[in-house]
Amino acid sequence: MAAEETATTDYGRIVRDGLWDNNGVFCMILGMCPTMAMTTSATNGLGMGLATAVVMAASSLLVATFRGWITQEVRIPVYILIVAAMVTLVDLVMNAWMHELYKVLGLFIPLIVSNCLPLARLEAFAAREPVLPSLLDGLFMGIGFTLSLTVIGAVREIIGSGTLFADASLLLGPAFKFMELRVLPADTGILMAVLPPGGFLATGMLLAGKRLLDLRAGKAIAMAGAHSVG
Amino acid sequence: MTTDAVTGRPHIHALILGGFCLGFGLLLALTYMVTSDAIRQRADDDKQNSLSQVIPPGLHDNNLVADAVTVGGADGKPVTVYRATKAQRVTAVAYEIAGSGYAGEVKLMLGVDAEGRILGVRAIAHKETPGLGDKIEPAKTDWITRFTGRSLGDPPADKWKVKKDGGVFDQFSGATITPRGVVGAIRGGLEFFAAHKAQLVEVQ
Repeated sequence: MAAEETATTDYGRIVRDGLWDNNGVFCMILGMCPTMAMTTSATNGLGMGLATAVVMAASSLLVATFRGWITQEVRIPVYILIVAAMVTLVDLVMNAWMHELYKVLGLFIPLIVSNCLPLARLEAFAAREPVLPSLLDGLFMGIGFTLSLTVIGAVREIIGSGTLFADASLLLGPAFKFMELRVLPADTGILMAVLPPGGFLATGMLLAGKRLLDLRAGKAIAMAGAHSVG
Repeated sequence: MTTDAVTGRPHIHALILGGFCLGFGLLLALTYMVTSDAIRQRADDDKQNSLSQVIPPGLHDNNLVADAVTVGGADGKPVTVYRATKAQRVTAVAYEIAGSGYAGEVKLMLGVDAEGRILGVRAIAHKETPGLGDKIEPAKTDWITRFTGRSLGDPPADKWKVKKDGGVFDQFSGATITPRGVVGAIRGGLEFFAAHKAQLVEVQ
């Protein structure tokens, strides 16, 4: 996409980085607190991921807009201020005007502040790039985060509870009732998968799996870290 | 970067940080002003909703939210009791009870008829683990509806516990603390009703 503009900004690269190559959870290993805490089911992972994606896109946009005014010395407090303000804003607006969704997602929203992935992308990307690429970076990093959390949640939910996307209709609306599946018979789940140790095990296994896929594809595995720019 | 920049003109950085704080502070204050009425309205709707779930509409001809009395609870904290009246007689009462869950307080609304039988219990606010402790929500499982029809003597007082503690109520697989807190809170709520029955069902 946008091949003519590759000289300045590679938009395809931003999308690929966010979704796979530099994925927040499986490459940068960032945002582990919500990753472990919220992925007890695929639906919870999806909800947490979507709320985070909105906040990441908004904060990246704001930081890129104001990047000329933010001096090096105070950038970290300013980023934290912006992320916290966006989280509070989303929380208030959803409580007032999207109350049904808020009752489901409300649990997740304050937790976004404890996620260091938005902060890392502001520092590594939005602080140095123009507004549009920054918005895309925030958005696709957020979508990549959403996919990761949904997959981890799905694995833990199938093993631990024997269901998949249970209660998805509460989050997405009654039209998504078809997503709610029972994979294993009731009470055959291994409960540990939905308890905290299961979070570490599932995340670790999936991370190893992704690296194996990357190795097979001939990609170099590098610990990218939070500060690498895509 | 360098200490030079910090010691050089620190007031610039202070001004920038202060400016951002002011700007986003104003933005949040504005958002709060715009949303606060709607949020209060939603909270009232939720209360009305949970009241109508624990007191069947056929039991009253009054406005539940409007007909509230305050009674001193066991720990000295005042409890707001919503009363359902029909033809000037109190048919049922509902009030908030709280139990300690796995992650803080679990707030519930308890509806009791004039004889002390449970009409319904609903969780109204909790922070329990999604997928485990949140099975107290009626949207997730029907566990909370099992209390309907129970009273202080049914089961006997020493059986008003989860099965793990020798009582009659199921816990969830993987979560005992939340059901234990909820069962304890409901039992406490029934004891509150028994202690204040005369005061609660009298009509002034």
